[in-house]
Amino acid sequence: MITYEWLYVLAGVFFAIWSLLSLRDGRWGNASFWGLLAASFFFGSHLSDFANGVLVLAMVAIAGTGALKRSDPETTSIEERRDYSKVLGNKLFVPALIVPITAVAGTLLYNYTPLKETGLFEARRETLILFGVGVLIALVVAMAWLRPPALAPAEEGRRLLDSIGWAAILPQMLAALGAVFALAGVGEIIGGVAGDIIPDGSVFLTVVVFALGMALFTMIMGNAFAAFPVMAAAIGIPLLVETYDGNPAVIGAVGMLAGFCGTLMTPMAANFNIVPAALLELKDQNGVIRQQIGTAIPLWLCNVAIIYVGAFLLWN
Amino acid sequence: MNYWPLLGIALVVIGFALRFNPLLVVVGAALATGLLAGLDFVAVVEALGKAFNDNRYISVTWIILPVIGLLERYGLQQRARAVIENLRGATMGKLLTVYLLFRQLTAAIGMKDIGGHPQAVRPLVAPMAEAAAEKSHGKLAEDDRQKVLAMSAATDNVGLFFGEDIFFAIASILLIQGVFESYGYPLTPLQLSVWAIPTAICAFIIHGWRIRALDRKIGRAPAEAGA
Repeated sequence: MITYEWLYVLAGVFFAIWSLLSLRDGRWGNASFWGLLAASFFFGSHLSDFANGVLVLAMVAIAGTGALKRSDPETTSIEERRDYSKVLGNKLFVPALIVPITAVAGTLLYNYTPLKETGLFEARRETLILFGVGVLIALVVAMAWLRPPALAPAEEGRRLLDSIGWAAILPQMLAALGAVFALAGVGEIIGGVAGDIIPDGSVFLTVVVFALGMALFTMIMGNAFAAFPVMAAAIGIPLLVETYDGNPAVIGAVGMLAGFCGTLMTPMAANFNIVPAALLELKDQNGVIRQQIGTAIPLWLCNVAIIYVGAFLLWN
Repeated sequence: MNYWPLLGIALVVIGFALRFNPLLVVVGAALATGLLAGLDFVAVVEALGKAFNDNRYISVTWIILPVIGLLERYGLQQRARAVIENLRGATMGKLLTVYLLFRQLTAAIGMKDIGGHPQAVRPLVAPMAEAAAEKSHGKLAEDDRQKVLAMSAATDNVGLFFGEDIFFAIASILLIQGVFESYGYPLTPLQLSVWAIPTAICAFIIHGWRIRALDRKIGRAPAEAGA
């Protein structure tokens, strides 16, 4: 059975190569940072929690001291790229599409045919594993077709990776922060505070506090999944569903979406907001968030209205 | 109740506001929160290490970078631009609105992996949006160019977030179902996912309008700024 462990070894190989290329380039900070990440992929499952924690602290120390730098491996010029794009034409899109198509079509094929019974992939892990398969296929196809220098994919990947820099592990790090917050009981404290400030007897204001709590707590945690159980337990279920007799399906579904509005407005949702700013080489790290605030706020208001109308006015 | 662990949240907000390295901020906040909640240092480091290790799958997706980089080496971004330049009547407003709809619809039928920032926005959507904006407004001022790129990424996010919950077999729907069930309210995923539709429509109207507004604003900019 193919498990995530296989993917981790594959990712470990990629990051180890990037580490070695950084070393050859004399970029010690980059080499040690990506080397440690490679080690995490190779050995993380066999290390103790404390050893993994020390590894995390070491990576943060490297990034925190500014030792992680952009790199500039040799590549083609803009003019060469323009010429290539004319010669190669729309076929250039094909390898780029191989990855999502393998992941999506593969998942559908696997789940809706007898293939699933073979147990080839670890349960519920098939999409990401097929994503890895798609990457390998796309690489082979692109290499066979374009015939670049052997190290070109590694070097081009390193250029992109180093332009993302420390932000590449920020999403994973924020997930770790969420785990520590959970251990420290931050959710219960926030739920308690939110529960305390509810005005008595007003359904509408209770809806507002519930939706606001979802959005704000999501902004803090960077993830609506962490906020939802807390706000549902503090306000959604005891007050909106039980005291005021609202429709639980609307309160649950749209409450979560009110949280998603918070995701659009927080740097804590790094993979959606900070990573693309790095990938697009924006000058402002919060540039993507700035474009999203104007959508998130009116949409949050819509969610409040949908909960109030759908769960109360139409339901009772 | 011990409110001190909330100080960790304050540290995150202050750290981000003062533009310290976010990794330092996050780890500092994790250590402070754990210690203030009465855990010892070793336990906090262990919790951090375990959670980081358990979430490695998040960072696996970077293995796509060699594919994107290699194709960019051979002109993928230039090709994406050329497609738009050759398309008659293509504007940034129309292009991103179509992408918004495409992202919402595909996410709504469970294909949320079809877009995304490294694999779609950087190599395809952003260069196309920039080319379309230049087609209608001429060479963009740097500020406007940055806004177009940022709006491309924003459109991917909005399309994903407010499309995916219409698909009933997605993690967030299952989480809602699980939480309500544990309090004695059994709901089916379908009951929940139909209630994602009104918000999805609002998201399309609001964000679609904002995309068009940005397009119009860039069109007016040269006259106002005189540059």
